[in-house]
Amino acid sequence: MTDTPYFGRRVPRNEDATLLTGRAQFIDDVDLPDMLHVAFWRSDFAHARITGVDLSAVRARPDVVAAYVADDLGDIWGPGPLLVPPPPIEDIVFHERCQVPLARDRVLHAGEPVVAIVATSRYAAEDALEDVRVDLEPIDAVVDLHAALEQDAPVLHEGLDSNLAAHCVQQKGNYEEASANAELVLERRFHYDRGASAAIENRGVVANWDDSNGKLTIWDTTQAPIPIRNGLAGLYGLAERQVDVIAPFIGGGFGPKIMMFYPEEVVVPWIAMQLGRPVKWIEDRSENFYATTQERSQIHDAKVAFDADGRILGVHDVFLHDTGAYDPYGLTVAINAQCTLLGCYDVPAYYSEFTAVFTNRPIVTPVRGAGRQHGVFVMERMLDLAARELDIDRVEIRRRNYLAPDDFPHDHGLVYQDFSSLTYDSGNYAPALERAAEMIDFPAWRDGGREEAHAAGAHEGVGIVSYVEGTGIGPYEGARVSIDPSGEVHVATGVGTQGQGHYTTLAQIVADAVGADVARVHVVTGDTREFNWGTGTFASRGAVVAGHACHAAGMAVREKIVECAATHFGVDGESLELGAGKVTVAAEPDRSITLGDLASLANPLRGAVVPGTEPGLEATAYFGPARGATASGVHAMRDCCRPGDVRRADPRLRCGA
Amino acid sequence: MSDNDPQRIAIETRVNGTSVHAEVESRTLLTDFLRQDLRLTGTNVGCEHGVCGACTVLFDGEPVRACLIFAVQANGHTIETVESLANSEEELHPLQEAFREAHALQCGFCTPGILMSLAPDLDEIAALDEDAIRERLSGNLCRCTGYQHIVDAIQSMNPEADGD
Repeated sequence: MTDTPYFGRRVPRNEDATLLTGRAQFIDDVDLPDMLHVAFWRSDFAHARITGVDLSAVRARPDVVAAYVADDLGDIWGPGPLLVPPPPIEDIVFHERCQVPLARDRVLHAGEPVVAIVATSRYAAEDALEDVRVDLEPIDAVVDLHAALEQDAPVLHEGLDSNLAAHCVQQKGNYEEASANAELVLERRFHYDRGASAAIENRGVVANWDDSNGKLTIWDTTQAPIPIRNGLAGLYGLAERQVDVIAPFIGGGFGPKIMMFYPEEVVVPWIAMQLGRPVKWIEDRSENFYATTQERSQIHDAKVAFDADGRILGVHDVFLHDTGAYDPYGLTVAINAQCTLLGCYDVPAYYSEFTAVFTNRPIVTPVRGAGRQHGVFVMERMLDLAARELDIDRVEIRRRNYLAPDDFPHDHGLVYQDFSSLTYDSGNYAPALERAAEMIDFPAWRDGGREEAHAAGAHEGVGIVSYVEGTGIGPYEGARVSIDPSGEVHVATGVGTQGQGHYTTLAQIVADAVGADVARVHVVTGDTREFNWGTGTFASRGAVVAGHACHAAGMAVREKIVECAATHFGVDGESLELGAGKVTVAAEPDRSITLGDLASLANPLRGAVVPGTEPGLEATAYFGPARGATASGVHAMRDCCRPGDVRRADPRLRCGA
Repeated sequence: MSDNDPQRIAIETRVNGTSVHAEVESRTLLTDFLRQDLRLTGTNVGCEHGVCGACTVLFDGEPVRACLIFAVQANGHTIETVESLANSEEELHPLQEAFREAHALQCGFCTPGILMSLAPDLDEIAALDEDAIRERLSGNLCRCTGYQHIVDAIQSMNPEADGD
């Protein structure tokens, strides 16, 4: 660790006081004069034909202002954007079928909205839901991944002759040849069931159209306000500068709050424009369980070939991936599973084939891990099973298969989710494994501890997992750093924040760069009014990509500080020291000037700004990595179960990570 | 609340030490009354089913789910919300300080409810062992922290601890 006052050090979070006192503004705290409220009528059938909608009783209610079905939406009705196109992999098949704002002819998953009702309060809007008459003819629902691909399965999407959404093969080496002389070939099927991220804060959208200056302002629980701003501007026929998207404090993202162009995200701002009044929709918990995207269903059929020493000769994995009713996020989750399976290991031959399947279940998009854990679990289970078969301990079998510290950069010859080659930039896995094993006292467990515990009536188990995570992917992020005459430092970046601590971590980076007190560095994230270039918070990229941009902008401001102070003191820039919010002439500690006073000097009321220079202490910078960064880790756990109750874990759990 | 609904009932309650006279629809939830009518938006709504605990407030000093109570039920009673704990961001309540020190919050959405669940019996809870503290926390869901740092924050407030 370099000698920095803040970076890498423990500091209290800048955002905590605001959150702890209840003063943080979350989406549902946005309250505008004359605001109307929206409720959506959603299908409880997973698969049905819409044969009629009658809203006459809804529209007759005195507190209902408007009600809309798909045909009322005009030009904005249509499939949403494909957020991530399929990567350039040879012979890849991908059928794009994105969600629509309101279902028109058919509903393809429970929770899909059919009607939007606008009323004077949320209570009144929900009352009116009772008067909605939608005629639905149920169709058999497709939920089982294998059954979905049978010849006689009902087909979800028009223009397709099956529920196959995508097919993709990636390989390196030749598995058949590599496994021909294997000592052991293990075969297993792994089922992963559905999961919901269930952030404690549900989703929400508030929108206001200001006719006097032609400006649409949207507050949205999105992890990526800039792509949402750009996409909605295009959809509504507005210039990007006419639309602002603000992601306020967000109560957990976990993936589903990414730039989804959810039906509600598209319809609510449009309603605000139609009615010329602010409009709010806040998802309730029951909506969240089926209208927000989910993750996880996959079925892997894996084979791993080992030699007698437990070294991996080859991996063969064929899996089904449930993409749900639509596939707006492309193949990111499945590709992550495919590419993360190899983990920390030297795998000479790998054959990976997946088929993505449309089902009548909520849409699948990245959630906490985004498919990576599916691959990790396959590999790690197989290693545990092989360790048992070959009588090698579980730490040792991993160590034997690790890529060596001098194997990097290591190009697997596969295409990763960011379209670049799956290349590990660096790695040294054994020390983490050894440390984790030590933290759970693995040798003692292995050498008799387990049997001793069992003799005493306790079932003691161990779990050890290692993994590599591709993170910090592009395309880019930017940041603007400026110093106010008050001495406060302002940072603006485009990524959103959902609890990651950006108001502190990005402030730490900038505080070191400009020599300020971290508590006086104020970070704004996820607000296009403040910064409108960038992508968003996902794939563990915020700190890596936006962090770099903040550093670059901070260092550019530092240069201006030094130049300005050198002129002020009539000394050489190298003789200056920065820190604690001021610049000091190193050899003469009583000659110093605060950053605030320098900021005033840098913005003179008289005199000229020299051509080629800029006023103020401000700079903007960008960072775009050629490919993602590689992180790795080991989790180890030793757990003891009470006699007679093997399913109840003892709280005396020992973990290492 | 619907402006043209005649079924409005007058209530008198005391919220964060201030007496409040209001007219509410009989079906108005206490959460909506606090958040919309009184603009006390620190009380967050996570499920409206009484499950997540994000909306916990004190009702005559006892923690309750504000989403399971009608505003009319507050008539004649006192309510305290997270806004009552500290006068400003510069003067945090000791429990808030402990949360900040132990990194017991990330997104912070569930935090006000957790603080209000703990505040009335803080000394008693902080002296419990970890199992019992987790039991006392079981009415509040948090999706970010994994609870460990919340437990740490509470334990740091144990008046009987030797200060390690």
